[in-house]
Amino acid sequence: MTNFWWIIGGVLFALLNTAAGLIWVERRMLALWQDRYGPNRAGPFGLLVVLADTLKLFFKEDWIPPFADKIVFVFAPGVVMLSVLMSFVVMPFGPHIIVADLNIGLLFFLAMSSLGVYSVVLGGWASNNKYALLGAMRGASQMISYEVFMGLALMGVVVLSGSFNLREIVEAQRTMWFIVPQFLGFLIFLVAGVAETHRLPFDIPEAESELVAGFHSEYSGMKFGMFFIGEYLGITLISGMLVTLYFGGWLGPAFLPPVIWFVIKTFCFILLFILFRASMPRPRYDQLMEYGWKVLFPLSILNLLVTAAIKLWLNT
Amino acid sequence: MMEPAFYIAAAIAVIATVMVITRYNIMHALLYLVVSLLAVAVVLYLYGAPFIAALEVIVYAGAIMVLLIFFVMMLNLGKESAMQEQQWLKPRIWIFPSLLCLVLLGELVFLISQNHQPPSEIKVVDPKAVGMALFGPYMAAVELTGILLMAGIVGAYHLGRQKEKTLHRFLEN
Repeated sequence: MTNFWWIIGGVLFALLNTAAGLIWVERRMLALWQDRYGPNRAGPFGLLVVLADTLKLFFKEDWIPPFADKIVFVFAPGVVMLSVLMSFVVMPFGPHIIVADLNIGLLFFLAMSSLGVYSVVLGGWASNNKYALLGAMRGASQMISYEVFMGLALMGVVVLSGSFNLREIVEAQRTMWFIVPQFLGFLIFLVAGVAETHRLPFDIPEAESELVAGFHSEYSGMKFGMFFIGEYLGITLISGMLVTLYFGGWLGPAFLPPVIWFVIKTFCFILLFILFRASMPRPRYDQLMEYGWKVLFPLSILNLLVTAAIKLWLNT
Repeated sequence: MMEPAFYIAAAIAVIATVMVITRYNIMHALLYLVVSLLAVAVVLYLYGAPFIAALEVIVYAGAIMVLLIFFVMMLNLGKESAMQEQQWLKPRIWIFPSLLCLVLLGELVFLISQNHQPPSEIKVVDPKAVGMALFGPYMAAVELTGILLMAGIVGAYHLGRQKEKTLHRFLEN
């Protein structure tokens, strides 16, 4: 039982530090790809910029606008943290490092990510501000739509491994990583994952050049910080899920421990997310929806059908 | 371990549902409805239906309720509508529904007290079993639901279809 609490504590510690550290990683990598230095003064390689940012967030005035719906306004940023952190409960970080070995692990992840929508919707609504409301409406429709393709793309993996349990899904990839038979599913999940975390290029709910700061325009201080950290945790979550579902999770050659393999693979995907931000323009809102429903939706259904048919054909 | 968890979840579900009915602000009512659905999902999970519990969260709490909130958000109901609601919901109008509910409650208590069957063993139904049941004996129901949804999609497409494009608001054709 003590082992269990160690795992929970360790996972929480690692995740929150990763989320904070990503502030520095993102700024340095963006700078690298844009041919400039980025933060490089505070501490070695500018690492202490994380500390400075966090301190700044804590000491900023935490202001609730008088026209806002106070209770919902306070509660919305908590939802994003809670839902993303709960999703990590089912993620296998190593052969025995898993908080809850649920037999509906994948569905639990989908359920938690669908609850994450509430933070955007309620945050935008409670702010009682035109820009925030517009951002929230965009966020709601974007996240609901892309959840559908996300779930459908994952079903290919479920068909191949025959289980919703993430530990068993990783075990099923011992002979071949699912990226090979499920390449289309991987691409759809990647696009849907970027849209779910509303990261660039799909940061339409925030779209700072059109909507001030979108759904969190009215937030300041640590409440803004929760949205901020929630976004980085979301990136980590989607990267971890990509690794678990398509890149063999903690599997790897034996000269490194499994956890290290998991961390290395996840970190590669985090860097990919940052590269997306550095290199791609933001589509229009209607383009995003059209792309989702007219391209990704038929493709994900086709992927599921073909995967299931081949699986049946090989079994008989 | 199971019993207290069940009673807590059930109590939350009942309290949240009562709050849904009595709130004047429709957004708060919807949020309580989400809480109630989540509590029901916990109850389902405790009673050996993890698949249905997950679907309850994904479909009801995660998609349908978000859509409802989405529409309410666009209606921009402010303090005025809450005031109006307050005027409509006078204490007097609770009397008749409460009487009806009391009759039902009495009936329920009577039936429970009559029937002293031992509680059946909790059997966990895994996702595979749900799928086998849906695409085996209940195939017709699944197909019919599919047709119903198809009709909904066709109807939505008809309603949302764009008429001829007007390039300027004064040049309507």
